[in-house]
Amino acid sequence: MLTGLTLTEARAGLAARKFSARDLATAHMQAIARLNPKLNAYITVLPEKDVLAAADAADARYADGTARPMEGLPIGVKDLFCTKGVKTTAASKMLADFVPPYESSVTQRLLDAGSVFVGKTNLDEFAMGSANITSAFGSVLNPWQRKGDEATALVPGGSSGGSAAAVAAGLALAATGTDTGGSIRQPAAFCGIVGLKPTYGRCSRWGTIAFASSLDQAGPMTRSVADAGLMLEAMAGFDEKDSTSSNRPVPAFAQAVGKSVKGLRVGIPAEYRAPGLPAEIAAMWEQGIAWLRDAGCEIVDVSLPHTKYGLATYYIIAPAECSSNLARYDGIRFGARKDAPTLDGIYERTRAEGFGEEVRNRILMGTYVLSAGYYDAYYLKAQKVRTLIKRDFVQAFEQVDVLLTPTAPSAAFAQGENMDDPVQMYLNDIFTVPASMAGVPALSVPVGLDAKGLPLGLQIIGRHFDEETVLSVGGALEDAAGFAHTPTLHAEAGA
Amino acid sequence: MSYVIEGKTGNWEIVVGLEVHAQIISQSKLFSGASTKFGGEPNTQVSLVDAAFPGMLPVINRECVAQAVRTGLGLNARINLESRFDRKNYFYADLPQGYQISQFAHPIVGEGTIEIELAGGETRQIGITRLHMEQDAGKLLHDQDPTRSFVDLNRAGVALMEIVSEPDIRAPEEAGAYLRKLRQILRYLGTCDGNMEEGSMRADVNVSVRKAGEPFRTRCEIKNVNSIRFVMQAIEVEAARQVEIWENGGEVDQETRLFDPGRGETRTMRSKEDAHDYRYFPDPDLLPLVIEQAWVDGLKAALPELPDAKRARFQKDYGIPFYDAGVLVAEQSVADFFETVAKGRDGKLAVTWVTGDLFAALNRTGRTIENSPVSAEALGKMLDLISDGTINGKIAKDVFEVMVETGESPDAIVEKKGLKQVTDTGVIDAAVDAIMAKHADKVEEFRSGKDKLFGFFVGQVMKETKGKANPALVNEALKAKLNG
Repeated sequence: MLTGLTLTEARAGLAARKFSARDLATAHMQAIARLNPKLNAYITVLPEKDVLAAADAADARYADGTARPMEGLPIGVKDLFCTKGVKTTAASKMLADFVPPYESSVTQRLLDAGSVFVGKTNLDEFAMGSANITSAFGSVLNPWQRKGDEATALVPGGSSGGSAAAVAAGLALAATGTDTGGSIRQPAAFCGIVGLKPTYGRCSRWGTIAFASSLDQAGPMTRSVADAGLMLEAMAGFDEKDSTSSNRPVPAFAQAVGKSVKGLRVGIPAEYRAPGLPAEIAAMWEQGIAWLRDAGCEIVDVSLPHTKYGLATYYIIAPAECSSNLARYDGIRFGARKDAPTLDGIYERTRAEGFGEEVRNRILMGTYVLSAGYYDAYYLKAQKVRTLIKRDFVQAFEQVDVLLTPTAPSAAFAQGENMDDPVQMYLNDIFTVPASMAGVPALSVPVGLDAKGLPLGLQIIGRHFDEETVLSVGGALEDAAGFAHTPTLHAEAGA
Repeated sequence: MSYVIEGKTGNWEIVVGLEVHAQIISQSKLFSGASTKFGGEPNTQVSLVDAAFPGMLPVINRECVAQAVRTGLGLNARINLESRFDRKNYFYADLPQGYQISQFAHPIVGEGTIEIELAGGETRQIGITRLHMEQDAGKLLHDQDPTRSFVDLNRAGVALMEIVSEPDIRAPEEAGAYLRKLRQILRYLGTCDGNMEEGSMRADVNVSVRKAGEPFRTRCEIKNVNSIRFVMQAIEVEAARQVEIWENGGEVDQETRLFDPGRGETRTMRSKEDAHDYRYFPDPDLLPLVIEQAWVDGLKAALPELPDAKRARFQKDYGIPFYDAGVLVAEQSVADFFETVAKGRDGKLAVTWVTGDLFAALNRTGRTIENSPVSAEALGKMLDLISDGTINGKIAKDVFEVMVETGESPDAIVEKKGLKQVTDTGVIDAAVDAIMAKHADKVEEFRSGKDKLFGFFVGQVMKETKGKANPALVNEALKAKLNG
């Protein structure tokens, strides 16, 4: 059925006129109408007439032979990307009614490639969280359920939890995500889909609401590795409006999938064998190693000695940047304002009532680590350690072409679990944070189910700007794993 | 070092350093494409970046960087090929981002010097510590409504240079000389218009006092002083205040103060305890700013001649005194005017006319050199008429006045009014004869030894010829006839 296709399949079906873009859009709007009230994957669903108008325009292009790479493909957009004339909230009360008069560079590129946007997906407030439970618009439900336990609501991961749930449940063929410390990869793993965090600088950050500027990177969340390549091709590229975007040419990423991985060297970092790593995760990792060995890769043990400092360093640098980036939400020019007799009073009320607890916590942490007397001990030291972490990767990549690790230390957990201890929650990012700190590309691929029937993902990390090799290895892993499961809550289940 | 404050406990010297904020001349802002034009309707020159909308990012304006480098070169300063931008974090309604992008740890320009000239022609070197680029804030309007304040973001994000001096200044007059010289250099370079009334140049003044030979004592910073006169006054009263505190056994607190020109005093704005913690850190939205030596060299080669060099050249090329050359180069427009007048002519004559009659006429008519009633070309032509004997110096004064009034060319005036100098000896002899006949008694007195009467006869003959007679020929004829 139409809501279960990959981008590649849908593109082929549209080109062959097996179905129309209008058919595809209609099927998705119906699926959203039926399942979104339960999943809460979308904060804003676009008006059906706008979606259908875009689909009709796509059909016209197929008819006159001017169809573009993403023509007519229904896409969910994380509600962190500013979309012109469409409410953009960052899942915060602060921006509950904010309608940007501009389109982010990444979503503009997707529109220019022919994408049909169906809605703005839910997320953790300002992308801060690993379970999509900090959204001011309610938590997102993971469409997967533990075998025989339909009562327990599971989290989709975060912060791009709405995007992951939407793609997994058939409410979009693919979605955009953003990843600061794992916000694409971890929810992709929790929801059984593919998620790619590109190299820092590959996609423009212009018009994407900032969390931590030196780490934020947009990427695709899809149902196949080839789809991730196809969609990244549309999203990536130099943008003169973002000084940190790279002016390297954008390769034909999709063509990297299916290329032989024979002879590639795959590194297994010793430090990722963390104590307490669940046996099922360790076993899945071993399985992945075996698959790649069978595909002709050479497996090499490597060391990333500063891995253990990754999480601590991340939770200094990211909050430091966020404390400054979020200073603009002061109620003066846009967004929510709570009036008070004094200027300081306006700031205090607006920010205390506009931001949720997790965001306030991180602003406080970030303010603290940048303060006089603490800067050297925290922020400066963290920057130095970050340099060492980066060097670990550069040195490892002198020996190997990619690294293979688990994406997350567990499968999706239940809403309510891990909630009372923020540090326990932060541990979710332990395998994803180091690649973010180094700015290197990393891909999560679903490879199997655990004993409770929940998906698990493995992560492939590559060299700076070498997404192609990452996608090739991801493709090999995908082929070997043959992951073909769908969640209980799905547009095509019980319909 | 002649400035001392005589206290009860002896003499005190003052130690002053200046931080000057100079608005960079550029079409658009430091990190956005919005216009920098002065005087627009509120909030009409504001981009989404300036208003800090979600997801907006700064992009450095290349021309602003070039202007900062030009200024650094003009201050004989080190240009740092790699510099960085930091965020200075604080909340205020005129600061949309909640931080100012500035160069805290790695400025684009390092150490340099400015030579100042003091009364009597003595010169001193004042060290420049650094120059960095930063964004200006917006403007708050408190007088539009009884209960609300309005925000105008036209100025938000405009590029500033902060130019920091070493604490080398030892007298209010030196601070004044430093600011005038700095402003002069900025104007010559075209990097800042130096207009303190419009706020495009303002100064923070750091003042402390000490006994001779002591290390520095605690300083106070007087914020945002907006005229050279006020800077000098503020230093004077602040230094006196500090001396009084020290001499009464007190301690000067390190604090930020404001100068109130109406009351002639400084008062506390922020004490050290209330000082902001700006939480500076490198702006992750901007890469380190890396510039090429070749680019810097290109800017250097294209720099205009600066005041010190021009002054030396004027002395040499036009044979004019150091003082006069200084007056001429004080404003580039005056220097240019002078040079147009003087080129290929008598430099000394040119400087006399420019700084004498022309300046007087400008004063009288309330005009500036830019809209002078007499153009440099016209004044030059008039000097030619003097040099080639068409008119004499006295007639020239009259011609000049007509030029000021009517803007007509000097030859047209001379022609129309028949002011051409009389060199016809027949005419002059006849005038001399007529005067001698009219004043026969005075001729007798002269001939009986009253030599001083010679001047009287010259005056009478000139009057008779309506001032047009060539004075040398008149002298000659009078000498011959009176003594004959």
